[in-house]
Amino acid sequence: MKPFRMLGRSIRDAVKSVIRNFSLSLASISCISITLIIVAVAIMASYNVQNFTREIEKDMTIVVFLDNQIEQDEIHEVEEQIKSISNVGEYTFQSRQEVKQKMQEESEIFSTVLENWEDEDSPLKDTFQVKVKNIEKIKDTAEKIQAIEKVSVVRYGEGMVDKMVTAFASIKKVTYGIVVALILVTIFLIVNTIKLTISARKREIEIMRLVGASNITIKLPFIIEGMILGVFGSVVPILITIYGYFAFYRHFDGYLYSRLIQLIEPEPFIYNVSLIVIAIGIVVGMIGSASAVKRYLKV
Amino acid sequence: MDLIRLKNVEKKYKNGVTAIYDLNLAIEKGSFVFVIGGSGSGKSTLIKMLYREEKPTKGQVVVGGLDVAKLKNKKVYKLRRKLGIVFQDYRLLPKLTVYENVAFALECIGEKKDIIRIKVLKALEDVGLKNKVHEYPNNLSGGEQQRVAIARAIVNDPKLLLCDEPTGNLDPEKSMEIMKVLESINKQRGTTIIMATHDKEIVNKMKKQVITLKDGHLVKFKQKGTYAE
Repeated sequence: MKPFRMLGRSIRDAVKSVIRNFSLSLASISCISITLIIVAVAIMASYNVQNFTREIEKDMTIVVFLDNQIEQDEIHEVEEQIKSISNVGEYTFQSRQEVKQKMQEESEIFSTVLENWEDEDSPLKDTFQVKVKNIEKIKDTAEKIQAIEKVSVVRYGEGMVDKMVTAFASIKKVTYGIVVALILVTIFLIVNTIKLTISARKREIEIMRLVGASNITIKLPFIIEGMILGVFGSVVPILITIYGYFAFYRHFDGYLYSRLIQLIEPEPFIYNVSLIVIAIGIVVGMIGSASAVKRYLKV
Repeated sequence: MDLIRLKNVEKKYKNGVTAIYDLNLAIEKGSFVFVIGGSGSGKSTLIKMLYREEKPTKGQVVVGGLDVAKLKNKKVYKLRRKLGIVFQDYRLLPKLTVYENVAFALECIGEKKDIIRIKVLKALEDVGLKNKVHEYPNNLSGGEQQRVAIARAIVNDPKLLLCDEPTGNLDPEKSMEIMKVLESINKQRGTTIIMATHDKEIVNKMKKQVITLKDGHLVKFKQKGTYAE
């Protein structure tokens, strides 16, 4: 079969070229490795940030305390109004009796103190626990709820939440920026490496063109060479990803600083990251070599 | 039928130099044609347009039914598989043996190994180098190297063989050897040969068709012509 014969020939040529230009290949493999290590770290970091932002966002609730002297049908009215705010997601209602019961279950001291209070003179309030759809608009939503009649106090841990949300957003952007920049640098490096191996084989390419080799036949060995460099270049980053993340996870026991910032479980996370890393290596190698060989196909 | 037809062809290079003015030509299948003229007469440009290293700026160049001017870069290989090209500087790959150099042309287009073997040995026999199959180009004389290049050009049985000053680097004796090889290819394989040269002696001895160019204009197209200034 002709296509297989050509593919076999291309692979043979590519391997030969990697070995023949060993020092050069090694140089570009190490460059790819270094870049991919940083890319891998950036990917893992950004996934983790994304993960615990999501986790924190899930836990973020607005607690709405209602007036003490509120009637049953008024509670219903407030509920309708909260429901009508567009950013409001799920919400639950807890009557003061339920709050009391919960607190009594939590500790014995509360249990005895609260025992003496009747519903009428209880300082506890009926509450709604509201989750929002978009965390960035939590402040807005809280203000809207506050404006509803018979709502006494609204709490959502204002300052800390706001700061965290904006910090995570900017961290995400910065890591994406770094990853993209590094990939561009890697492509540039591969273009230059393949250019050097091509210029050593300029005459060969010229003759191939003259005797009627199709462009894809000429390109294929170089594209495969780029892929080989990409694959070899991703070996070390993948090892670092797998062993490094395991060690990191174990060392911190699965969370950073507080229980709030949970790390992603190593499995299958690290394998997915490894796949991404090797895919980036291969694609980047292909793109680099394809663009390097292009200019030699004009004769 | 004509293998090559040029209609109102003009070639102007990007630097403003016009190499060919309004050229009309028809070359029959199986003919042996010399293209002669001084430096800058446009003979190299004419050859280059035939294998599409250069595109004509105006007019039509048709080679074996393919309109060269309209051929996209991706499709150039279709033209190149119909023709063989021999250069003044041989253009062999120094790291490959004689056999491998000739086989290279067939490997590039995905030919089967056993067919490659038959065709390569036949081509090397035709140019008289069957006993040097495993030599490297650097161990051969200039004439022998050129014969390897010719073998590579004809190994795929092209209809057309283009030669751009093939004897330019060779002494008269070796040049005549090359001419004999080319003549026998023309006769035995029926390959059309177009050869650009400024070697008077060869043209006069061979008594073939002659296209004379001067400053980009066609001066004469003669059967059994000689090199006349």
